Amino acid sequence: MTEPILAVSDLVKSFGALKATDHVSLDLRPGEIHALIGPNGAGKSTLIGQIAGTLKPNAGEIRFAGETINALSVAERSRRGLGRTFQVSSLAPEFSALRNVMLAVQSVQGSSFRFFRPVMLDRSLVDPAMAALERVGLAGRAGIPAAELSHGERRQLEIAIALALGSRALLLDEPMAGMGPEGSKRLTGFLDRLRAEAPILLVEHDMNAVFALADRISVLVYGKVIATGSVDDIRSNPDVRRAYLGDEA
Amino acid sequence: MAMRREHLVNAAIALLLLAVPLWASWAGQNFYVTLATRIAILALAAVGLNIALGLGGLVSFGHAAFFGIGGYVAGILASHAVSGAPLLGFLPGTKLMPVIWIVAILASGFVAAAIGAISLRTGGVYFIMITLAFAQMIFYFALSWPAYGGEDGLSIMLRNAFPGVNTLRPLPFFLICYTLLSLGLLLFALIRGSRFGAALQAARQNEVRTASVGIAPFRIRLVAFTISGMVTGVAGALFADLNRFVSPSMLSWHMSGELIVLIVLGGVGRLYGPVVGAALYVVLEYWLGGITERWQFFLGLVLLGVVLFARGGIVGLLAGRARHD
Amino acid sequence: MQTALFIEQLLNGLQLGVMLFLMAAGLTLIFGVMGLINLTHGSLYMVGAFACAAVAAWTGSFWLGLIASLAAAAAAGAVVELLVIRRLYGRDHLDQVLATFALILVFSEGTRWLFGSFPLYLDIPPLLSGAVSLPGGAQYPLYRLAIIAVGVLVAVGLWLLISRTRLGMRIRAGESDREMIGALGVDVATLYTLVFALGAALAGLAGAMVGAIQSVQVGMGEPVLILAFVVIVIGGIGSIKGALVGALLVGLVDTMGRFLLPQAFGLVMNASQAGLVGGAIASMLIYLLMAVILAVRPRGLFAAQG
Repeated sequence: MTEPILAVSDLVKSFGALKATDHVSLDLRPGEIHALIGPNGAGKSTLIGQIAGTLKPNAGEIRFAGETINALSVAERSRRGLGRTFQVSSLAPEFSALRNVMLAVQSVQGSSFRFFRPVMLDRSLVDPAMAALERVGLAGRAGIPAAELSHGERRQLEIAIALALGSRALLLDEPMAGMGPEGSKRLTGFLDRLRAEAPILLVEHDMNAVFALADRISVLVYGKVIATGSVDDIRSNPDVRRAYLGDEA
Repeated sequence: MAMRREHLVNAAIALLLLAVPLWASWAGQNFYVTLATRIAILALAAVGLNIALGLGGLVSFGHAAFFGIGGYVAGILASHAVSGAPLLGFLPGTKLMPVIWIVAILASGFVAAAIGAISLRTGGVYFIMITLAFAQMIFYFALSWPAYGGEDGLSIMLRNAFPGVNTLRPLPFFLICYTLLSLGLLLFALIRGSRFGAALQAARQNEVRTASVGIAPFRIRLVAFTISGMVTGVAGALFADLNRFVSPSMLSWHMSGELIVLIVLGGVGRLYGPVVGAALYVVLEYWLGGITERWQFFLGLVLLGVVLFARGGIVGLLAGRARHD
Repeated sequence: MQTALFIEQLLNGLQLGVMLFLMAAGLTLIFGVMGLINLTHGSLYMVGAFACAAVAAWTGSFWLGLIASLAAAAAAGAVVELLVIRRLYGRDHLDQVLATFALILVFSEGTRWLFGSFPLYLDIPPLLSGAVSLPGGAQYPLYRLAIIAVGVLVAVGLWLLISRTRLGMRIRAGESDREMIGALGVDVATLYTLVFALGAALAGLAGAMVGAIQSVQVGMGEPVLILAFVVIVIGGIGSIKGALVGALLVGLVDTMGRFLLPQAFGLVMNASQAGLVGGAIASMLIYLLMAVILAVRPRGLFAAQG
C-alpha cells in the first residue's frame, strides 16, 4: 500500500448556515486518477478551492507529500508541487500561450526578480515552455493570446502550465468543459498517460471520460462524500443512483 | 504588424521631441526649448508612474509625493550648499546634479517602499485612496514645516550644475533632461520585457492565478512601486531645477492627478504614452492658456471625452491596439 | 480655563467629525451601491456652499440659502450622474478616477467663471449667532452646536432610511447583489440616480453649513474630500456605520492633535519650537492613524464582506 501524496481528512467549510464541505475525507495515491463527481452545487469547487488554498476550511486537515499544508498560501502550495487548473479564468489573458507557460517556468526557476534580460530571448524559459505546449498539443498556437484561444485550447494551456510547474499532483477542474468530442478524446488519452507522472484529482461532468479514466471515484452530494470506490462500485451503488437520478430512482 | 507600427510612431515622437528644441534654440526661440524641457520632465515622471500603473495596474493617486520629494531633495541640498550649513548637522549640501539625482532616487524610493508596504496590502479603491492620503500627509508636512519655506516654497538661486555642461543655458539643460527621459524609457522597456515585468503584468491580468503558479504578487508589486517612485523622484529633481523653485504644490494631489492624466492621454502601458501625453498636455496648456484663462475647464472636457470615448489614448489611435508577443 | 478650552476643542473635533460624516456617508453609499469612486464629491460640497451663499446674499435669508444648497447639489449630482457617471459603472477604477477628476476641473473652473476668483462670505443666521456657556465658564458658538445637531439628525435619518424604508431595502439589496435587484424588477438606473443625488445633497448641506464659518471659495471641497477618503478607508468602504465612526475618530484626532501635541512638545522644548514640531506632526496625525488601522485591519474597521 503506497502512501497517498494528498490526503484530506475531516474537512469542514460552511458559508453561514450552509455546509459546503461537510466532514470530507479523501486521498490521492501515486499513479492514480481519482475522480470527484456530484450534481451541480455539491461543493466540488469549494473542496478544490480549499485544497489549492484559495479558501480556508473551518476545520480539518490537508496533507500534501506527508506534510500539513493548511497554513500555506496558494503560491507556497504551488511551489511544493500541487498544481491546479481552473474552470474559467486564464493565467494572463493578454499574454500569448507561450508566455503563459513561460511564467510557470520562471516561477519554478524562482527567478522573478530579474529586470533586464528580455524573456523572449531567454532559451531557459522558452524551451521548457515550448516543450510543455508540445506535450499538450498546443505548440501550433504558441503565439496566440490566451484570451483568443478556444475553450478547449485554454484547458490544454492550463495543463501545460501545470506540467511546466513540475507538479507532483494535479487538481483538474473540469478539463473537458467546452471541448468537442475530438478534443475530449485526445485529452482523455493524454491524461491517461499523465497519471504515471502526476496523479490527478479530477472534477469532471463528462461521465464517459470519468468512467474511462478513473481508478477511483468519490461522489459528493450536499458537501458530503456519499461513496468512494471503483468505477463498478460507483455504478452499482444505490445511494449514488438516488442522488443522481433523484425521485425517479 | 501593430508592434512594428508602434515602433515607428515611437521613433517619430522621440525624434520630434529632440528636433523641435534644437531648431528653436538655433532660431533663438528659447521659450520653446523650455517648453520641450517641461515636456521631457513631466514625461519622465509619468514614465515612472507608468511602471506601476501601466504594467502593474496599480492606480497610484499619490505619485506627486515622489515627484515633490525629488524636488525638495534638489532644493534642500542646494540651499545647504549655498549656506554652507550641513544638513542634519553632518551631511554637506551639494549643487551637483548627479549627486542630487542619487539622493532623490534613494529618498523617493525609501518613501515609496514605506507607502507601498502599507497600501499594497489592499487593492482596488482602497489602494487609490490610501496612496492619495499618504501623499496628502507629506503635502501637509511640507506646508507646515517652516525650515524649508513651508507654504512659500524654496528657491534655487542658480540652477544646479552638471560637470562639463553649462546648465544655465536652456538647450544643454534640455539635453540633460532628454537623456534622462531616454534612460527612463529604456528602463521601462527592459522591465516590460523581463521576467520581473512578466510577473508584474501577469499579476495585473490575474492576481489569483499568478499566485497559483507560485509567484506572490505582493513582493513583485512592492518592488515595482518602489522603482516607479524612484523614477518619478528623479523627474521631480529636474523639475525643481527647471523652475529653480520647489513648493508644496509639487506634492499636491492635483499633481498626482495630472500624472495619471498624462498617461491616459497618451495610452496606458504604452512605452511612449507618457511622452505623447505630456507633449499634448503642455501644448494644450500653452495654447488653450493663451486663448482663455479658464483653460482647465476645456482640459476637463477633453479629458472626459478621452475617458468616455477614446480608450487607448493617442498612441492607441496612432499605432493600434497594444499587443504582447 | 484649561478644562474649558479642552471641552471647546472636543466640541470642535465633534463638529469636524459630523461634517466629515455628511461627506463620507455619500461617498461610501455611492461606492457601496454602485461600486464607483467619486472624486466629484468635493465639487458638490462646493456647489452647495456657493448656492447657499448666492441665494442668501440675494434673498437675505440663510435658510432659503440652505434649501437652495440642498436642491442645487442634488440637481448637480443628478445631472452629472445622468450625463457622465452612469457610463462609468462598468468601467475600471482608473477610468472612474480620471473622469471624475476631469469633472472637478470643469466644476472648479466653471464656478470661477460664474462667481469670479474672490471668496464669497456667508453670514451665520441671526437665530444661531449667539454663544452658549459651557461648563468651566467658556463660551461656545451656538452655530457650531447646531452643526453637530444637524449631523446627529442626518445620521439618525440615514439609519432610518436604510433600515426602515423601501428605498433603503433596495439600497441594501444593491450593495449585496447588483444583478438580483435588477432581476426583481427594481428600476436600477433610477435607484442609482437617486442614491447619487442623495449623496450629493448631503455633501451640499455640509458645504453650506461650513461655508458660514469659513469662506466660500473654489477648491474648498478638495481637502474635505481627501479627509472623507481617509474616513471611509478607516471605517471600511461601503459601511455607513464605518463612515460615522471613522468621521468622529478623524475629527477628534485631528482637532485634539493640533491642540494637544504642541503643548506636549512644550514640555520638552521651548514654546515656539514646540508649536512648529507639534503642528507639523499634528498635520500628519490622521494619516498615521489610518496607517496603523490599516496595518491591523487592511479593509477598515467595519469592512463589508467580500
